Amino acid sequence: MGVIAFTNARLCDPAAEDLRDGVLLVREGRIAEINPRSIPADAERIDAGGLIVAPGIVDLGVFKTDKPAFHFGGITRAALMPDKSPVLDDPGLVQHAARAGKPDFWVHPLAAATRGLAGVELAELAMMKAAGARGVATGRRWIGNSGVMLRVMAYAAALDLMVITHAEDEGLVAQAVATDGETATRLGLASAPSCAEAIAIARDIALARVTGARLHVRLVTTAAGFDLIRAAKAEGLSVTCGVSPAYLFLNDVAVSDFRTFARLSPPLRSEADRLACITAIADGTVDVITSSHDPRGPEDKRLPFADAAPGMAGAETLLALSLNLVRDGHLTMPGLMRLLSANPARLLGLDAGSLAPGAPADLIFIDPDTPWQVDSAKMAAAAGNTPFNRLPVQGRVRRVMKGGIFY
Amino acid sequence: MTATSPFPHRHLLSIAALAPWEIRFLLDEAEQWIALNRAATRKHDGRLAGLTQINAFFENSTRTLLSFEIAGKRLGADVVNMHAAQSSVKKGETLIDTAVTLNAMHADVIVIRHQSSGAVRLIADKVDCPVLNAGDGRHEHPTQALLDALTIRTRRGTLEGLVVVICGDILHSRVARSNMLCLTSLGAQVRVVAPPTLMPAGIERFSVEPFHDFNSALKDADVVMMLRLQNERMDGVFIPSAREFHMLYGLTPERLALAKPDALVMHPGPMNRGVEILSGVADDPVRSAITQQVELGVAMRMACLDVLTRGARGVPGWA
Repeated sequence: MGVIAFTNARLCDPAAEDLRDGVLLVREGRIAEINPRSIPADAERIDAGGLIVAPGIVDLGVFKTDKPAFHFGGITRAALMPDKSPVLDDPGLVQHAARAGKPDFWVHPLAAATRGLAGVELAELAMMKAAGARGVATGRRWIGNSGVMLRVMAYAAALDLMVITHAEDEGLVAQAVATDGETATRLGLASAPSCAEAIAIARDIALARVTGARLHVRLVTTAAGFDLIRAAKAEGLSVTCGVSPAYLFLNDVAVSDFRTFARLSPPLRSEADRLACITAIADGTVDVITSSHDPRGPEDKRLPFADAAPGMAGAETLLALSLNLVRDGHLTMPGLMRLLSANPARLLGLDAGSLAPGAPADLIFIDPDTPWQVDSAKMAAAAGNTPFNRLPVQGRVRRVMKGGIFY
Repeated sequence: MTATSPFPHRHLLSIAALAPWEIRFLLDEAEQWIALNRAATRKHDGRLAGLTQINAFFENSTRTLLSFEIAGKRLGADVVNMHAAQSSVKKGETLIDTAVTLNAMHADVIVIRHQSSGAVRLIADKVDCPVLNAGDGRHEHPTQALLDALTIRTRRGTLEGLVVVICGDILHSRVARSNMLCLTSLGAQVRVVAPPTLMPAGIERFSVEPFHDFNSALKDADVVMMLRLQNERMDGVFIPSAREFHMLYGLTPERLALAKPDALVMHPGPMNRGVEILSGVADDPVRSAITQQVELGVAMRMACLDVLTRGARGVPGWA
């Protein structure tokens, strides 16, 4: 492995305010130094060609270990949602999932909060933590029974495990596949009011206050939802949230013509809520941007809208779409990497997401300007279900290093 | 079909896709079949002879299926009905596979009803022949709206400026959606009436006036269109009971008196007598247009089958 010196690099340290040009020294798979006085004689010199060098993306909340897509997208670690078949509610399954990607990709499983994700009985959270689980998740669903959720959060708090929730009140959502509004009504789709999200978040914040649990709302998509998160943070509660690019760049009109690739959970929202997502990014309410990667083939998507499975393949477009936030002036480049890498790593308790000396050399080399077009027929992902098909985007990852080795 | 065709659509999937003049063209085309359907003998025209029409109904239907079958047979088509039990074609590729199978039979026109919104369009994208939507979920039921417009036009001469009240379960009704689009497109002023639990969000974007109070909506109404209340919606989830629904939204002779003296009464059927409509109103020989809707429905569907197959039949100007 030895020593590598990346020269001619634009270093993107999430802890910094801005990019800085210089040399990055990697020794034995770890970051050694930024801009050393001199480059050691035994170092292998690699010209980074003026690319941005940043820590690999840590994706908080994916539904499949899809290495080709993650590699394309510059994702070096991902927290795997427990919604698997079988459900990750057993230490053996967690241990197996944690090993699935190594060495070039690290999977950090999230333990199912309840057995079978049924929302009734507590799963073996401590045993799953010992087996490698980095958090507890309610899966694609909200836990409707507040008593069960109280116990999940109290138990997880004692284990210092973050609780990751899906925020949609189940009574309101029931059979709904869209957000109330003109589009859903024109298409004749069962829909639910967007306040289903705020209701769910309000309850979970109340339970976080009682239990002291760390609460992470995986996807917040409405103005009212962000207001609650803001208030909880101001109160000093350990409440964090994420969003995915779909909610930043699409609104509910995207489901017109029954486009099942735009059937997501939570469903796409109104334009006002989309703008609220951008505001929440800019003002620091959002902690994490996730791909929510969920590749789905035609057997799940080439169906009548309501019968199609929700979810999108997001890993490949995560960075390119997020770079729009930098170009539009909502974030600095290091600010973006805090949301894509440093913050999710911190929430998961990982030694990652940093360019500080001693951090693992999980590095991505970003060409921020190269234009390309999203093409659902030619994706690296297990399936091409992207609502951004045909969209011209800018920026892609040229190389990925995991633990000091290029893959 | 050329761009100059008066109906430049391969399929008939929704009213939303049609321009006002295209709707009027279909209504005009239907006129010729009204007299033929009333002939004492030999209700037959051979223009679809040799063509195969498949009625693929994934959801139970009696009258719409019958109407399409009669329409096809009167035009001389070979009509085949496919009753797909809901359970056997619920999942996955089966629906696409069914579409591919139908296509491989070389049908010349396919009429489809399905319980999921958007399902008919999904099938239409996979077949080579024209597809007629006979109702998809709560999305659209275009031929019902067309036959309703034809009925109103036959009785009133025009739809322009008429006040049409649509009352009932607007939320779950594809008939209401297609009718709102069709009637407003033809210049009618549409009021929709429903309890708050059965009124869809964003309804005002349809250029209709929403009401929860049936009585006030009826003032100056030219047409009162009642919708069927599905049995499964009467059980307390959406409304407390059928009798309470009747008290608030049932069309009684007293309520009808609030509308214009010559107001028409319509219902797409089948009716729940005593729930959304009383027999005294439904059977009123002067005011009720309910049986006429059924009658004109055949003419309307004949026109749609004829127009959609003109390209394939090589009708000059349509190839």
